[in-house]
Amino acid sequence: MSARTESPSNEMAEQRSKILFERPQALTDAITNYCPGCSHGIVQRLVAEVIDELGIEGKTIGVCPVGCSVMAYDFYACDMVQAAHGRAPAVATGLKRVLPEGVVFAYQGDGDLASIGMAETIHAATRGEKISVIFINNAIYGMTGGQMAPTSLPGQVTQTSPYGRDTETAGYPIRVCELLSTLDGVALAQRVTVDSPKNVRLAKKAIRKAFEYQIEGLGYSIIEVVSTCPTNWGFSPMDAFEWMRDNMLPYYPLGVYRDIKAAKGEQ
Amino acid sequence: MAEKVLMKGNEALAEAALRAGCRYFFGYPITPQTELAAYMAKRMPKVGGIYLQAESEVAAINMVYGASAAGARVMTSSSSPGVSLKGEGISYMIGADLPAVIINVQRGGPGLGGIQPSQADYWMATRAPGHGDGHVVVFAPSTVQEMSDLVASAFDLGDKYRVPVMILADGMLGQMMEPVALPEPTDVQSLPEKAWATNGHGGKRPHNIVNSLYLVAQQLEDTVVERSLRYSRIKEEEQIAEAYLTEDAEIVLVAYGAAARISRSAVAKAREMGIKAGLIRPITLWPFPVNTIDTIVPVAKAFLTVELSMGQMVEDVRLAVNGRRPVSFFGHTGGIIPTPDEVLTAIQRVASGEQLDLVPYQSKLTGGAR
Repeated sequence: MSARTESPSNEMAEQRSKILFERPQALTDAITNYCPGCSHGIVQRLVAEVIDELGIEGKTIGVCPVGCSVMAYDFYACDMVQAAHGRAPAVATGLKRVLPEGVVFAYQGDGDLASIGMAETIHAATRGEKISVIFINNAIYGMTGGQMAPTSLPGQVTQTSPYGRDTETAGYPIRVCELLSTLDGVALAQRVTVDSPKNVRLAKKAIRKAFEYQIEGLGYSIIEVVSTCPTNWGFSPMDAFEWMRDNMLPYYPLGVYRDIKAAKGEQ
Repeated sequence: MAEKVLMKGNEALAEAALRAGCRYFFGYPITPQTELAAYMAKRMPKVGGIYLQAESEVAAINMVYGASAAGARVMTSSSSPGVSLKGEGISYMIGADLPAVIINVQRGGPGLGGIQPSQADYWMATRAPGHGDGHVVVFAPSTVQEMSDLVASAFDLGDKYRVPVMILADGMLGQMMEPVALPEPTDVQSLPEKAWATNGHGGKRPHNIVNSLYLVAQQLEDTVVERSLRYSRIKEEEQIAEAYLTEDAEIVLVAYGAAARISRSAVAKAREMGIKAGLIRPITLWPFPVNTIDTIVPVAKAFLTVELSMGQMVEDVRLAVNGRRPVSFFGHTGGIIPTPDEVLTAIQRVASGEQLDLVPYQSKLTGGAR
């Protein structure tokens, strides 16, 4: 680095260099298994930043079920529990009921949350389990190599919808935030994305709110992150975001679908 | 000894669990374990615990997984079809080395089967409680007193070896009432700490991970082998069986749970008739009490296994006897409880030198040969 060659001593270099960006403490130095350009990395980091900012790493337990994030137990520095496919809300329920003072988050994909784990999701939500769910919706099964997901769009070509998702035979995608927003146990249901610095900041704010609502004991929170899967969509990372904006966001509009505090006139 | 109270088996088991320090119960309604969950629903809030009716058996066992990961003594109960559904979670608990107590108050199967007592889930409990290379320890109570007594052992053993433990009861034991002396309550705070629990590291230790995923084959083999070494210790140290009148027994019955109660009566009747009969009653089904069988083989002339199934445990008896003596079978299934006289008839036939494989409608199954 130039600082070293210009400075006579390391001490001076340290004084002059200001750390502007580093790994959040809540992340370990493990190398992730995510593909280049995948939005998992961004979202996972946002969760870690929120844990750092709230100073809750020591009492946080993360739950990572089956999907691309299944190995997140190695990535987060807080206590971590790997869960069966779709069962994260049930596992999180067990953890939270034993540790009411703890902070429990589940990090789930679309196949996990909206297909095999839909029953667990709806019931954890309607019970108002005091957990925070980060929901990665990239409209495809990533880990298994690109099969049709419950959130795959009509006409979307995947390995198991090779002629495009035919709504006659495969039905329609599920809008999770809209669905869950009807349940009284839900404290916060918000859909965000991470395709631009502005949206990344908004997403982080939403994730932080989901954790704060849990700490305040308000109920179940879900932050749906409309995400990309460049590898299985067959796009470059930038083109993937483009496709997401053009195709996913019209079907999955960003916004707050339920906010128990806003409903009560609080902010 | 505490004063005896008259209780249903399901309720005695539930109360004993509370006294063993269990403060978390997750379940889903199913007959004939109903009273157990109802008892928990009533009592848990009174002792500062959690009773939660899950949306499914699958969710219930995964809640158990989470609560166990957090370090708690936790239990779920169900009956046969519900236990099938729990199989996924049980496998994950085995793989993640999580202790918990799982109750199966067996009813007839397969499928929806019936709601009468049965022992048709022996194979599921001892062979394949879930996918993968693994076991749960299986206890088999035979009285309401044992429904109570075995619970604390189940929790202790689960914690000691970090394995799930199943109590394999049946609808008869669950529903019947008998006098029971309940155990003294355990102080929850006195239970040993679980250093592996994911309960928040508090900045005081490296993060704990509860996990059953190993993508590197060698790592997976290593964990399975390590667990199998624990299984070997369990097999060496934790076999339990009751031997009744076996010192000089020529005809040795092997039966557990409800079938053992009937067999016991039949053995007593046989003795009155001058037949030297005895009974081995496995209390642990896994590990199977091969040591007890071993000690009795030299004296015995023949074995007779009695079950409320088409013959499941009999395979373990045959493995333990290992061809040294003939092993006969008598059973009823579908919720039919054999009478002591039926078992007595089987004893008499074995005593006369026959080798039996007696199941209902034998003549139909064997084309009328008998």
